[in-house]
Amino acid sequence: MSGLSTSANPIPLHRLARWLLAVPVLMLLAYLVLMDNGAISQTGTFLHELMHDGRHLLGVPCH
Amino acid sequence: MIRTLLVRGLLVGLLAGLVAGGFAFLAGEPHIDSAIALEEAAAAAASGDGASAPHSHDAGAPAEHHHGEGAVVGRPVQRAGLFLATGLYGVAVGGVFALAFAGLRGRVGPRSEPLLAIAAAATAFGAIVLIPFLKYPANPPAVGDPETITARTLLYVVMVAVGLASVAIGVAAARRVTVQEVWARGLVGGVCFLVPVVAAWVLLPTVDEVPSGFPASLLWDFRVASLGTQLVFWAAFGALFALAGERAKARVG
Repeated sequence: MSGLSTSANPIPLHRLARWLLAVPVLMLLAYLVLMDNGAISQTGTFLHELMHDGRHLLGVPCH
Repeated sequence: MIRTLLVRGLLVGLLAGLVAGGFAFLAGEPHIDSAIALEEAAAAAASGDGASAPHSHDAGAPAEHHHGEGAVVGRPVQRAGLFLATGLYGVAVGGVFALAFAGLRGRVGPRSEPLLAIAAAATAFGAIVLIPFLKYPANPPAVGDPETITARTLLYVVMVAVGLASVAIGVAAARRVTVQEVWARGLVGGVCFLVPVVAAWVLLPTVDEVPSGFPASLLWDFRVASLGTQLVFWAAFGALFALAGERAKARVG
Protein backbone atom coordinates (compact mmCIF):
# COMPACT_ATOMS: atom_id res chain seq x y z
CA MET A 1 0.00 0.00 0.00
CA SER A 2 2.99 2.28 0.30
CA GLY A 3 2.48 3.78 -3.16
CA LEU A 4 -1.11 4.80 -2.49
CA SER A 5 -1.87 8.26 -1.21
CA THR A 6 -3.81 8.58 2.00
CA SER A 7 -6.28 11.30 2.84
CA ALA A 8 -4.99 13.71 5.43
CA ASN A 9 -7.73 15.60 7.25
CA PRO A 10 -11.46 15.44 6.60
CA ILE A 11 -12.90 18.40 4.70
CA PRO A 12 -14.82 20.55 7.23
CA LEU A 13 -18.55 20.08 6.74
CA HIS A 14 -19.27 23.84 6.68
CA ARG A 15 -17.06 24.13 3.61
CA LEU A 16 -18.96 21.29 1.98
CA ALA A 17 -22.39 22.79 2.69
CA ARG A 18 -22.63 25.34 -0.15
CA TRP A 19 -21.46 22.75 -2.69
CA LEU A 20 -24.44 20.59 -1.73
CA LEU A 21 -26.57 23.12 -3.69
CA ALA A 22 -25.33 21.26 -6.77
CA VAL A 23 -27.10 18.07 -5.63
CA PRO A 24 -30.67 19.18 -6.53
CA VAL A 25 -29.42 20.34 -9.96
CA LEU A 26 -27.75 16.97 -10.58
CA MET A 27 -30.83 15.11 -9.34
CA LEU A 28 -32.98 17.15 -11.77
CA LEU A 29 -30.62 16.13 -14.59
CA ALA A 30 -30.90 12.46 -13.54
CA TYR A 31 -34.70 12.79 -13.39
CA LEU A 32 -34.89 14.31 -16.89
CA VAL A 33 -32.64 11.60 -18.33
CA LEU A 34 -34.18 8.63 -16.52
CA MET A 35 -37.80 9.38 -15.71
CA ASP A 36 -39.40 12.46 -17.26
CA ASN A 37 -42.43 11.76 -19.44
CA GLY A 38 -43.33 15.42 -19.90
CA ALA A 39 -44.35 16.33 -16.35
CA ILE A 40 -41.43 18.72 -15.74
CA SER A 41 -39.79 19.12 -19.14
CA GLN A 42 -43.16 19.99 -20.79
CA THR A 43 -41.93 18.35 -23.98
CA GLY A 44 -44.43 15.51 -24.00
CA THR A 45 -42.81 12.16 -24.68
CA PHE A 46 -39.78 13.69 -26.44
CA LEU A 47 -37.29 13.02 -23.61
CA HIS A 48 -38.84 9.59 -23.03
CA GLU A 49 -38.20 8.63 -26.63
CA LEU A 50 -34.79 10.28 -26.95
CA MET A 51 -33.50 8.58 -23.77
CA HIS A 52 -35.52 5.41 -24.49
CA ASP A 53 -32.73 2.87 -25.03
CA GLY A 54 -30.65 4.31 -22.20
CA ARG A 55 -33.55 4.08 -19.74
CA HIS A 56 -34.15 0.43 -20.63
CA LEU A 57 -30.48 -0.55 -20.43
CA LEU A 58 -29.73 1.45 -17.27
CA GLY A 59 -32.52 -0.57 -15.63
CA VAL A 60 -35.04 2.19 -14.97
CA PRO A 61 -38.77 1.49 -15.56
CA CYS A 62 -39.46 2.93 -19.02
CA HIS A 63 -42.99 1.96 -20.02
CA MET B 1 -10.36 20.82 -3.07
CA ILE B 2 -14.11 20.31 -3.25
CA ARG B 3 -14.28 22.04 -6.63
CA THR B 4 -11.52 19.73 -7.92
CA LEU B 5 -13.37 16.65 -6.69
CA LEU B 6 -16.67 17.83 -8.19
CA VAL B 7 -15.15 18.55 -11.61
CA ARG B 8 -13.38 15.17 -11.45
CA GLY B 9 -16.68 13.43 -10.66
CA LEU B 10 -18.52 15.17 -13.52
CA LEU B 11 -15.84 14.42 -16.13
CA VAL B 12 -15.11 10.86 -14.98
CA GLY B 13 -18.87 10.27 -14.87
CA LEU B 14 -19.25 11.44 -18.46
CA LEU B 15 -16.37 9.19 -19.58
CA ALA B 16 -17.62 6.13 -17.66
CA GLY B 17 -21.12 6.81 -19.00
CA LEU B 18 -19.84 6.74 -22.58
CA VAL B 19 -17.90 3.52 -21.88
CA ALA B 20 -21.07 1.95 -20.42
CA GLY B 21 -22.98 3.25 -23.44
CA GLY B 22 -20.54 1.41 -25.70
CA PHE B 23 -21.10 -1.81 -23.76
CA ALA B 24 -24.88 -1.29 -23.84
CA PHE B 25 -24.75 -0.64 -27.58
CA LEU B 26 -22.92 -3.91 -28.26
CA ALA B 27 -24.54 -6.13 -25.61
CA GLY B 28 -28.01 -4.62 -25.24
CA GLU B 29 -29.20 -3.06 -28.51
CA PRO B 30 -29.75 -6.42 -30.30
CA HIS B 31 -32.14 -7.46 -27.50
CA ILE B 32 -34.00 -4.13 -27.64
CA ASP B 33 -34.45 -4.58 -31.39
CA SER B 34 -35.74 -8.14 -30.88
CA ALA B 35 -38.21 -6.99 -28.22
CA ILE B 36 -39.48 -4.11 -30.40
CA ALA B 37 -39.95 -6.52 -33.33
CA LEU B 38 -42.06 -8.76 -31.08
CA GLU B 39 -44.02 -5.76 -29.76
CA GLU B 40 -44.83 -4.52 -33.26
CA ALA B 41 -45.74 -8.00 -34.49
CA ALA B 42 -48.14 -8.40 -31.55
CA ALA B 43 -49.66 -4.95 -32.13
CA ALA B 44 -50.06 -5.63 -35.85
CA ALA B 45 -51.77 -8.93 -35.10
CA ALA B 46 -54.09 -7.25 -32.58
CA SER B 47 -55.13 -4.46 -34.96
CA GLY B 48 -55.78 -6.89 -37.80
CA ASP B 49 -53.55 -5.19 -40.33
CA GLY B 50 -49.89 -4.34 -40.35
CA ALA B 51 -50.31 -0.82 -41.73
CA SER B 52 -50.29 1.23 -38.53
CA ALA B 53 -49.23 -0.74 -35.50
CA PRO B 54 -50.56 1.12 -32.46
CA HIS B 55 -49.36 0.20 -28.99
CA SER B 56 -51.98 -2.05 -27.44
CA HIS B 57 -52.30 0.28 -24.44
CA ASP B 58 -52.06 3.54 -26.32
CA ALA B 59 -55.58 4.87 -25.82
CA GLY B 60 -55.30 7.67 -23.32
CA ALA B 61 -52.17 6.29 -21.70
CA PRO B 62 -49.90 8.99 -20.24
CA ALA B 63 -46.72 7.28 -21.44
CA GLU B 64 -47.98 6.73 -24.96
CA HIS B 65 -45.14 6.16 -27.35
CA HIS B 66 -44.08 4.36 -30.48
CA HIS B 67 -40.97 2.70 -31.76
CA GLY B 68 -41.66 2.35 -35.47
CA GLU B 69 -42.85 4.81 -38.08
CA GLY B 70 -44.83 7.68 -36.64
CA ALA B 71 -42.58 7.96 -33.60
CA VAL B 72 -41.43 11.42 -32.48
CA VAL B 73 -37.89 10.05 -32.35
CA GLY B 74 -36.91 7.32 -34.79
CA ARG B 75 -34.89 4.21 -33.97
CA PRO B 76 -31.54 5.50 -35.32
CA VAL B 77 -31.82 8.58 -33.11
CA GLN B 78 -32.87 6.40 -30.15
CA ARG B 79 -29.70 4.34 -30.64
CA ALA B 80 -27.60 7.53 -30.58
CA GLY B 81 -29.71 8.72 -27.63
CA LEU B 82 -28.38 5.72 -25.71
CA PHE B 83 -24.97 7.41 -25.48
CA LEU B 84 -26.57 10.75 -24.58
CA ALA B 85 -28.54 9.05 -21.80
CA THR B 86 -25.65 7.05 -20.32
CA GLY B 87 -23.30 10.04 -20.63
CA LEU B 88 -25.66 12.45 -18.86
CA TYR B 89 -26.52 9.78 -16.27
CA GLY B 90 -22.77 9.53 -15.63
CA VAL B 91 -22.45 13.32 -15.22
CA ALA B 92 -25.35 13.42 -12.72
CA VAL B 93 -24.36 10.47 -10.52
CA GLY B 94 -20.66 11.31 -10.90
CA GLY B 95 -21.23 14.77 -9.45
CA VAL B 96 -23.26 13.47 -6.51
CA PHE B 97 -20.66 10.73 -5.94
CA ALA B 98 -17.85 13.30 -5.84
CA LEU B 99 -19.62 15.38 -3.16
CA ALA B 100 -20.35 12.24 -1.11
CA PHE B 101 -16.68 11.26 -1.54
CA ALA B 102 -15.62 14.70 -0.28
CA GLY B 103 -17.74 14.18 2.84
CA LEU B 104 -16.63 10.58 3.49
CA ARG B 105 -12.92 11.20 2.86
CA GLY B 106 -10.99 10.90 6.11
CA ARG B 107 -14.16 10.04 8.05
CA VAL B 108 -15.54 6.74 6.77
CA GLY B 109 -13.95 3.85 4.90
CA PRO B 110 -10.37 3.20 3.73
CA ARG B 111 -7.81 5.90 4.52
CA SER B 112 -6.31 5.43 1.07
CA GLU B 113 -8.07 7.72 -1.41
CA PRO B 114 -7.96 5.36 -4.41
CA LEU B 115 -9.20 2.49 -2.25
CA LEU B 116 -12.00 4.72 -0.91
CA ALA B 117 -12.98 5.65 -4.48
CA ILE B 118 -13.21 1.99 -5.51
CA ALA B 119 -14.98 0.91 -2.29
CA ALA B 120 -17.48 3.78 -2.60
CA ALA B 121 -18.18 3.00 -6.27
CA ALA B 122 -18.73 -0.70 -5.46
CA THR B 123 -21.04 0.30 -2.59
CA ALA B 124 -22.97 2.68 -4.86
CA PHE B 125 -23.43 -0.12 -7.42
CA GLY B 126 -24.84 -2.37 -4.70
CA ALA B 127 -27.08 0.27 -3.15
CA ILE B 128 -28.59 2.03 -6.17
CA VAL B 129 -28.34 -0.71 -8.83
CA LEU B 130 -28.21 -4.24 -7.43
CA ILE B 131 -30.71 -3.88 -4.55
CA PRO B 132 -33.39 -2.21 -6.75
CA PHE B 133 -32.62 -4.64 -9.62
CA LEU B 134 -33.27 -7.72 -7.49
CA LYS B 135 -36.74 -6.41 -6.62
CA TYR B 136 -37.65 -4.56 -9.81
CA PRO B 137 -35.41 -5.94 -12.60
CA ALA B 138 -34.91 -4.06 -15.87
CA ASN B 139 -37.43 -4.80 -18.62
CA PRO B 140 -37.06 -4.65 -22.41
CA PRO B 141 -39.61 -2.86 -24.64
CA ALA B 142 -42.92 -4.77 -24.89
CA VAL B 143 -42.74 -5.66 -21.18
CA GLY B 144 -44.61 -3.35 -18.81
CA ASP B 145 -48.02 -1.68 -18.93
CA PRO B 146 -47.71 2.08 -19.76
CA GLU B 147 -50.70 2.74 -17.48
CA THR B 148 -48.64 1.73 -14.41
CA ILE B 149 -45.41 3.58 -15.30
CA THR B 150 -45.83 6.22 -12.58
CA ALA B 151 -46.41 3.66 -9.82
CA ARG B 152 -43.53 1.47 -11.01
CA THR B 153 -41.18 4.45 -11.25
CA LEU B 154 -42.12 5.46 -7.70
CA LEU B 155 -41.51 1.94 -6.38
CA TYR B 156 -38.13 1.89 -8.16
CA VAL B 157 -37.14 5.20 -6.54
CA VAL B 158 -38.23 3.83 -3.15
CA MET B 159 -35.94 0.80 -3.66
CA VAL B 160 -33.01 3.09 -4.55
CA ALA B 161 -33.68 5.05 -1.33
CA VAL B 162 -33.92 1.79 0.65
CA GLY B 163 -30.57 0.68 -0.80
CA LEU B 164 -28.82 3.94 0.17
CA ALA B 165 -30.45 4.12 3.61
CA SER B 166 -29.61 0.47 4.37
CA VAL B 167 -25.93 0.99 3.55
CA ALA B 168 -25.89 4.08 5.78
CA ILE B 169 -27.57 2.16 8.62
CA GLY B 170 -25.19 -0.80 8.25
CA VAL B 171 -22.07 1.39 8.23
CA ALA B 172 -23.29 3.51 11.17
CA ALA B 173 -24.12 0.36 13.19
CA ALA B 174 -20.71 -1.23 12.50
CA ARG B 175 -18.97 1.96 13.64
CA ARG B 176 -20.92 2.01 16.88
CA VAL B 177 -19.81 -1.50 17.87
CA THR B 178 -17.15 -1.06 20.51
CA VAL B 179 -15.52 -4.49 20.22
CA GLN B 180 -12.34 -4.56 18.18
CA GLU B 181 -12.95 -7.85 16.33
CA VAL B 182 -13.48 -7.07 12.66
CA TRP B 183 -15.81 -10.05 12.18
CA ALA B 184 -18.13 -8.86 14.97
CA ARG B 185 -18.36 -5.36 13.50
CA GLY B 186 -18.94 -6.82 10.07
CA LEU B 187 -21.65 -9.11 11.42
CA VAL B 188 -23.52 -6.28 13.17
CA GLY B 189 -23.16 -3.99 10.15
CA GLY B 190 -24.24 -6.74 7.79
CA VAL B 191 -27.35 -7.62 9.80
CA CYS B 192 -28.37 -3.95 10.19
CA PHE B 193 -27.89 -3.52 6.43
CA LEU B 194 -29.78 -6.66 5.43
CA VAL B 195 -32.84 -6.28 7.69
CA PRO B 196 -34.27 -3.18 5.93
CA VAL B 197 -33.28 -4.52 2.50
CA VAL B 198 -35.00 -7.87 3.01
CA ALA B 199 -38.00 -6.16 4.64
CA ALA B 200 -38.40 -3.93 1.55
CA TRP B 201 -37.99 -6.91 -0.79
CA VAL B 202 -40.74 -8.77 1.09
CA LEU B 203 -43.13 -5.90 1.87
CA LEU B 204 -43.13 -3.80 -1.31
CA PRO B 205 -45.62 -4.91 -4.00
CA THR B 206 -44.45 -7.30 -6.68
CA VAL B 207 -44.50 -6.10 -10.29
CA ASP B 208 -44.92 -8.77 -12.93
CA GLU B 209 -46.11 -7.40 -16.27
CA VAL B 210 -44.31 -9.80 -18.61
CA PRO B 211 -46.80 -10.65 -21.37
CA SER B 212 -47.60 -14.34 -21.67
CA GLY B 213 -45.59 -15.83 -24.49
CA PHE B 214 -42.71 -13.33 -24.21
CA PRO B 215 -39.50 -15.36 -24.74
CA ALA B 216 -37.86 -16.11 -21.38
CA SER B 217 -34.40 -16.27 -22.97
CA LEU B 218 -34.80 -12.77 -24.46
CA LEU B 219 -35.95 -11.41 -21.09
CA TRP B 220 -32.95 -13.02 -19.36
CA ASP B 221 -30.46 -11.83 -21.99
CA PHE B 222 -31.82 -8.28 -21.82
CA ARG B 223 -31.65 -8.21 -18.00
CA VAL B 224 -28.06 -9.50 -17.98
CA ALA B 225 -27.11 -6.83 -20.56
CA SER B 226 -28.81 -4.14 -18.45
CA LEU B 227 -27.08 -5.20 -15.22
CA GLY B 228 -23.83 -5.48 -17.19
CA THR B 229 -24.23 -1.89 -18.41
CA GLN B 230 -24.47 -0.62 -14.83
CA LEU B 231 -21.59 -2.89 -13.72
CA VAL B 232 -19.39 -1.53 -16.52
CA PHE B 233 -20.37 2.03 -15.56
CA TRP B 234 -19.55 1.69 -11.86
CA ALA B 235 -16.37 -0.35 -12.43
CA ALA B 236 -15.11 2.21 -14.97
CA PHE B 237 -16.20 5.11 -12.76
CA GLY B 238 -14.47 3.77 -9.61
CA ALA B 239 -11.25 2.93 -11.44
CA LEU B 240 -11.08 6.24 -13.36
CA PHE B 241 -11.99 8.34 -10.29
CA ALA B 242 -9.19 6.64 -8.32
CA LEU B 243 -6.75 7.02 -11.22
CA ALA B 244 -7.59 10.71 -11.75
CA GLY B 245 -6.91 11.38 -8.06
CA GLU B 246 -3.52 9.64 -8.19
CA ARG B 247 -2.52 11.51 -11.36
CA ALA B 248 -3.45 14.84 -9.78
CA LYS B 249 -1.40 13.96 -6.68
CA ALA B 250 1.59 13.01 -8.81
CA ARG B 251 1.43 16.34 -10.68
CA VAL B 252 1.31 18.40 -7.52
CA GLY B 253 4.16 16.28 -6.14
